[in-house]
Amino acid sequence: MDEVLLGTGPLSQLSPGHELAKTLTGIRGLDEITRGGLPKGRPTLVCGGPGSGKTLLGLTFLVNGALQFGEPGVLMTFEENVEEIASDVASLGFDLPQLVDAKKLAIDYVRVERSEIEETGEYDLEGLFVRLDYAIRSVGAKRVVLDTIESLFAGLKDDAVLRAELRRLFRWLKDKGVTALITGERGEGLLTKQGLEEYISDAVILLDHRVHDQVSTRRLRVVKYRGSHHGTNEYPFLIDSTGLSVLPVSSLALEHTATLDRIPTGIPQLDAMLGDKGYYRGSTVLVTGGAGTGKTSLAAHFIDAACRRGERCLCFLFEESPAQLLRNMRSIGIDLERWVAAGLLQFHADRPSRYGLETHLAKMHQLVADFKPTVTVIDPVTNLMTVGTYADVQAMLTRMIDHLKTESITAVLTSLTPGMTSIERTENTISSLMDTWIVLANEGVNSHHQRGLYVLKSRGMAHSNELREFRLTDHGLDILDGAGRPQEGTHHHAGI
Amino acid sequence: MQASEDHSATPAPPSQDKAYRLRLYVAGQTPKSVLALANLQQICEEHLQGRYEIEVIDLLVNPQLAQGDQILALPTLVRRLPEPIKKIIGDLSNKERVLVGLDLRERR
Repeated sequence: MDEVLLGTGPLSQLSPGHELAKTLTGIRGLDEITRGGLPKGRPTLVCGGPGSGKTLLGLTFLVNGALQFGEPGVLMTFEENVEEIASDVASLGFDLPQLVDAKKLAIDYVRVERSEIEETGEYDLEGLFVRLDYAIRSVGAKRVVLDTIESLFAGLKDDAVLRAELRRLFRWLKDKGVTALITGERGEGLLTKQGLEEYISDAVILLDHRVHDQVSTRRLRVVKYRGSHHGTNEYPFLIDSTGLSVLPVSSLALEHTATLDRIPTGIPQLDAMLGDKGYYRGSTVLVTGGAGTGKTSLAAHFIDAACRRGERCLCFLFEESPAQLLRNMRSIGIDLERWVAAGLLQFHADRPSRYGLETHLAKMHQLVADFKPTVTVIDPVTNLMTVGTYADVQAMLTRMIDHLKTESITAVLTSLTPGMTSIERTENTISSLMDTWIVLANEGVNSHHQRGLYVLKSRGMAHSNELREFRLTDHGLDILDGAGRPQEGTHHHAGI
Repeated sequence: MQASEDHSATPAPPSQDKAYRLRLYVAGQTPKSVLALANLQQICEEHLQGRYEIEVIDLLVNPQLAQGDQILALPTLVRRLPEPIKKIIGDLSNKERVLVGLDLRERR
C-alpha cells in the first residue's frame, strides 16, 4: 500500500513480492527497464531487423551469465558458425573459446541446407531437442539462446511440422526451467517473419535501428512482459567497444534525495551570492550568456575547485577541443591540465551532428558510469539542441539530468544565447529542469565594455538578485564588489 | 594397373554397383523410426542387395553423435558412402523419393 502512495513512477507501483522470478542479463540498463531481467525459466523473444543487435544481446546475456552470475549457458546458432561468432565478439572482450573450455558455455552450430536434404514421409525435430538437451546437460546450463531459429523455415519444407515442433520446443524449454532468449528477424506487419510472437508470450523485446539524416539511433522496447511491470518507452541503446548498454529513461525525479550538502562554485564572490555556500550538491546549474561572456570560464572555476578537493570531473565539450579549452583557461590563470594529468578531469569532445540525441545521451550515460564523476560540465548544451526538435531535446535533457541527480552528480550546463533579451528559447526548453540559473551578459555602457552576471533563480536557497559586474583577469573571473545595480531587491527567497 | 569402374566406357547410372554405407538416425523406438528402418531394409534388399550396410544410431543412447552429421529432423537417413554425403529425412515411406535421394534413380 505504502509503495503505491509513494510515487507515480512505475518503480513504485509494484512491491517486490508480487514480481515473478527474474534472471539478470547484466546488460546495463536492460535490467532496470525489465525490473530485474528476463522471466526466469521462461523464453523471451528478441526481435529486430538485420544488424539491430539481437545476436549481441543474446551473447551478452550468456557471457554475463557465465562470468557474473555463475549460470552456464548454451548458444544454439543457426546462422553463423562458432568461429564466426567468436571472432565477431572478440573485439568486445568476449573470449568464447575460453568459456567453452571452462565448460561455462556450449555452442552448437545448426546448419540446414535445403538442397542437401530430401524429405520423404513424416518426421519431427527430435534431433534438435536431443542436441539442445545434450548441450544443456554438458555444461549444466541455466541460460539458452537460440539465434535465429527461424532459419529452419528456409531449410525445411514442411511448415506445419516446423510450427508444431517450435511450439513443442518452447514448452520443452519451459519444462527444462532454463531462461531462454530466442531471436527473430523482424517481419512485415509481424514482429518476426514467422510470427514467433504467437508462441512466445512471456516477454517480447523489440530492437530497432533507425538512420535519420545520416544519424543512426538504436532503440529497444519491451513490447510485452507477462506478469511484470516494465518500462514501455523506447529506450536508446548503444553498441560500442564495451558491448551493449541500454539507457533507461526514467522520470524518477521524486526519488532523488534532496541533499543539503553544498558545493563551492570555485568563485568565492559567486558563492556569496548563493547564500554564501555555492550550489547544492547534485543540483543542475544553467549558465546562459552570449558569445564571449565568460560561460566556459565560470564552468572552469567550478571544475578547478572540484579537482582541488580531489573530486572527479567529467566534461563534455560540444564546441571546443580540449586543447583549445585548456589553452583559453590557462590564459586566465586556470590550469586544468594538471587535473587531466592527475586523472581527476576527463574531457569528452564530440561533434553534436555526429550522432542522434539518443546516442549522445547513451554515450554520456556510459561515460558517467565509467568515470564516476561527482561533477560534470556540458559546454555548451545549446549545441546539442541543433540535433533534434525542442521536444526531443527536452526529453533527452530531462533524462540526462534525472540520471545525474540520481547519482548526486552536480552539473553545470552552459548555454549560448544570442543576447540578453532572447533567453526564452533556452528558457522554454530546459530552464524548468534547472535548479540554479546564472545569466551572463555583455553591456556597452559609456563606450565601456562591461561584463555583468546575476543569479536568475536558485531553488531552495536565499540568493542575491543583484546584477554584478565582473572581469576576466589573468587570475580568473573576478566579480566586483557592491557596484552592481539591484534587480528587484537585494535578496530573494526562491520558490520551488 | 587397376581398372577402375569409374572409367568404364558405358555411362552407368550414378552410384550403381558401389558399396553403400548408410546410417539411420533415430531417437528410441518410435513408430516413425520403426517404419523408417523397415522401409529402408526393404529398399536396400530390392536395390542394393549384397552391397549395403545399415548402421542405426539411437540418439537417446548417443546424443553426442547428432552434431557431427548435423542431425535435426528424425528419422534421418545419411548416405555416408558413396560420396557425396546425402540426407533423407522422414519415415522413408515414399520409395520413389528415397531412391532419388540415394542416387539410385534419376531425378525426374
